[in-house]
Amino acid sequence: MKKETWKELTIGTINLDAGNSVKNLTGTWRSGKKPQFIEENCIQCFFCWLYCPHSAIRVEGEEVKGINYDYCTGCGICSVECPPKEKAITMIKEEMKLAGGSTE
Amino acid sequence: MAKLKDLASMEDRLVAGHGMCLGCGIPLIFRIVLRATEDPLIIANATGCLEVCTTIFPRTSWNVTWVHSAFENAAATIAGVESMYKALKKKGRIPEDKKIKFLGVGGDGGTYDIGLQALSGAVERGHDIVYVCYDNNAYCNTGGQRSSATPLGASATTSPEGAQSPGKLQRRKDLTKILVAHNIPYVAQASPNRWQDLYKKAQKAFEIEGPAFLNILCLCPTEWKYDESQGIRLAQTAIDTCVWPLYEVENGKYKINYLPKEKKPVLDWVKSQGRFRHLFKEENAWVLEEYQKQVDEDWEELKKLANL
Amino acid sequence: MSTLKTLNGNQSIAEAVRQIDPDVMAAYPITPSTAIVETIAKFKADGLIAGEFVCPESEHSAMSVCIGASSAGGRVMTATASQGLALMWEMLYIAAGLRLPIVAAIANRSLSAPINIHGDHSDTIGARDSGWIQIYSENCQEAYDNFIQAFRIGEDLKVRTPVLVGLDGFIISHSMEVIQVEDDDEVKKFIGEYKNVFPVLDTSRKMTVGPIDFTDYYFEHKRNQIEGIENAPPVIEAVGKEFGLKFGREYGFFEEYRMDDAELCIVVMSSAAGTCKDAVDELRSEGKRIGLLKPRIFRPFAHQKIAEALKKMKAIAVLDRSSSPGAFGAPLFTEVRSALYDYAERPKIVNYVYGLGGRDIKVEHFKEVGLKLEKIAETGKVEEIYGYINLRE
Ligand SMILES: Cc1ncc(C[n+]2csc(CCOP(=O)(O)OP(=O)(O)O)c2C)c(N)n1
Ligand code: SF4
Ligand code: SF4
Ligand code: SF4
Ligand SMILES: [Mg+2]
Repeated sequence: MKKETWKELTIGTINLDAGNSVKNLTGTWRSGKKPQFIEENCIQCFFCWLYCPHSAIRVEGEEVKGINYDYCTGCGICSVECPPKEKAITMIKEEMKLAGGSTE
Repeated sequence: MAKLKDLASMEDRLVAGHGMCLGCGIPLIFRIVLRATEDPLIIANATGCLEVCTTIFPRTSWNVTWVHSAFENAAATIAGVESMYKALKKKGRIPEDKKIKFLGVGGDGGTYDIGLQALSGAVERGHDIVYVCYDNNAYCNTGGQRSSATPLGASATTSPEGAQSPGKLQRRKDLTKILVAHNIPYVAQASPNRWQDLYKKAQKAFEIEGPAFLNILCLCPTEWKYDESQGIRLAQTAIDTCVWPLYEVENGKYKINYLPKEKKPVLDWVKSQGRFRHLFKEENAWVLEEYQKQVDEDWEELKKLANL
Repeated sequence: MSTLKTLNGNQSIAEAVRQIDPDVMAAYPITPSTAIVETIAKFKADGLIAGEFVCPESEHSAMSVCIGASSAGGRVMTATASQGLALMWEMLYIAAGLRLPIVAAIANRSLSAPINIHGDHSDTIGARDSGWIQIYSENCQEAYDNFIQAFRIGEDLKVRTPVLVGLDGFIISHSMEVIQVEDDDEVKKFIGEYKNVFPVLDTSRKMTVGPIDFTDYYFEHKRNQIEGIENAPPVIEAVGKEFGLKFGREYGFFEEYRMDDAELCIVVMSSAAGTCKDAVDELRSEGKRIGLLKPRIFRPFAHQKIAEALKKMKAIAVLDRSSSPGAFGAPLFTEVRSALYDYAERPKIVNYVYGLGGRDIKVEHFKEVGLKLEKIAETGKVEEIYGYINLRE
């Protein structure tokens, strides 16, 4: 990423690029475990979406569709809070990854 | 009643890619709060985890207008923005029908401690603002030092447990009550695990004219030292033990919003958190007893205030 | 048409505030600037101003309200002094870093301890590195004129930097003087409409204002900030000239008094310069070739212009109304001395600290300084580079 010179910066320490942190892929922090979405068990309660600290639940067409591994840090809250007895999100083992990439 | 599906279809005002820890409770709070108004919103954020983790230049997680100036003055800063809004409306430089909501946000350090004066001043002056304190019980951004919101007996880096100390020796400050004493239109305590309650409270806070204050329990796996996947369970325990009662005070009238079916012992709250681990040493048993006593006292008093 | 009015310094500032009618005014009372705040409150109560007047619970919050209001997008002012400015300290840097053209009137007063309500420059001089433009006034007229110009300077699109206007506590803030008050409309016209730069209230642009920088951006943002105050000199000059054309009182970076053929010079700011002029007159009538240089703008410091004006002197005394314990001389002195460094032949230069906590400085004190300068010029020797005036030794 090219960094601006002092002359190129907006005056007054302002960031005009709202929401550009989506370029930070927090998924690279995951270590050891990751959630797995099992669609047939899902009751579309949206609790996983509600409680995911890293906005990593994929919602498409008003339905929970799975996990966005670009952002998922593997905290496991979604799995714990997933209500069905046969959980629609379970935590599974994940090979260690290199920072910034994926070895999957 | 709002449905989560509908909330999920709203635009995110705090987006992915922020640097908050695994299992952090802050985003859960703001996922709800920031959806509780559809009006344009301006936020003034105190220094702390939320501010630091969302705005590391040149990236920002804010998809809404957001201002940070310092640690102790989020309330004064947002009051300034609101004052300009009022002035420009009066002078006809902002259209009469343009609505904007103003939100001040701080952690417990930025609200209970160093920012208390600015908050007190801002709500006393009656600015039309909402102030949200996310109370994670410590100065988390700087490594978990004690604040006046840190519970009795918790080990924090400036109130560490040790051979001669059972952790923090003082009772928590009851900030919510202090805000109630300002006689402002709306004061409430909430917790992210009761999302509908939180959502309603945030809606009310934004709708009410004049200052409104929300004190929201905020999970911090890093400084509380618990298994981060268990956060929402732990928040449930906080309300079931009455360590963090859910209530609101609207125009002076108290209402308890959650009555545990069976009030659980404080032990349940304490046992899964590393910051309280030392309380299970024999010599520290009295601290847990004292903690329980304090929680009981506060709960009884709250019930009386709510005519229960 | 201007009118003559008998006003003290605080009233002169308040009068300018009434004419300018800033959008938000937020200030906290402290002697000797309290009357500015009270007068604004009364103007508001009487419906003479339309802007919002906010009366916060502290100066720290007053400056924080100013910062919130200014970033929201509009004209903002405050007033304070001494401990009040000290309590704002943290926020002064932030106002400058966020490039907010807030204008502050400061009734200069000493800093505790010991607590003392009288005038010296410790408060604003102490804030010299906060990034604010600093303008000092000799009397009520200058306080009024400087305060009006401050908005034009700070709000200039190339500058966008906060400005403080100093008026000596009590000596100016509380002394009555007949001043020319310009027409309300003319003052408004001179200042013009407020020009917005990234106003937060424009919610169509979702900005993150005041984010955190790490080592990779902080330096660039600071350099970007410095550019604002470095762009100020031509603006200060142009505004001072335009003010002169319009109202008949022109301003520059400093005033020279009887400097034409001077060999000796006293450099002193603010109200003491008035007294110094009398001393210069007396010394002149005794045949001494002495003059006065009164800096008006301390930040940005007009080092080249001041050095040009002083380079031919044989001896110079710089008088500071503040001290910098442990430093090589007080702040105005180190600036002036450093400005002269590049000349192969440099004047002899000494420093006197005077007037701390409101201690008098009289014509005779300036005359003593003049005689000392004469001796230095004659002998070419400086016995004491640093001393105090009117202090019991
Ligand atoms: C005047 C001042 N004092 C101290 C600090 C250092 N500091 C920054 S954030 C912080 C703690 C924040 O705690 P809290 O408000 O509870 O927010 P959290 O980090 O827990 O989210 C401290 C001590 C500062 N930035 N400014
Ligand atoms: S594991 Fe954590 S970060 Fe990943 S999707 Fe579940 S809740 Fe979100
Ligand atoms: S929590 Fe479980 S059941 Fe509910 S939407 Fe998410 S995956 Fe489906
Ligand atoms: S330290 Fe605690 S509050 Fe701060 S980001 Fe981490 S989990 Fe969240
Ligand atoms: Mg905290």
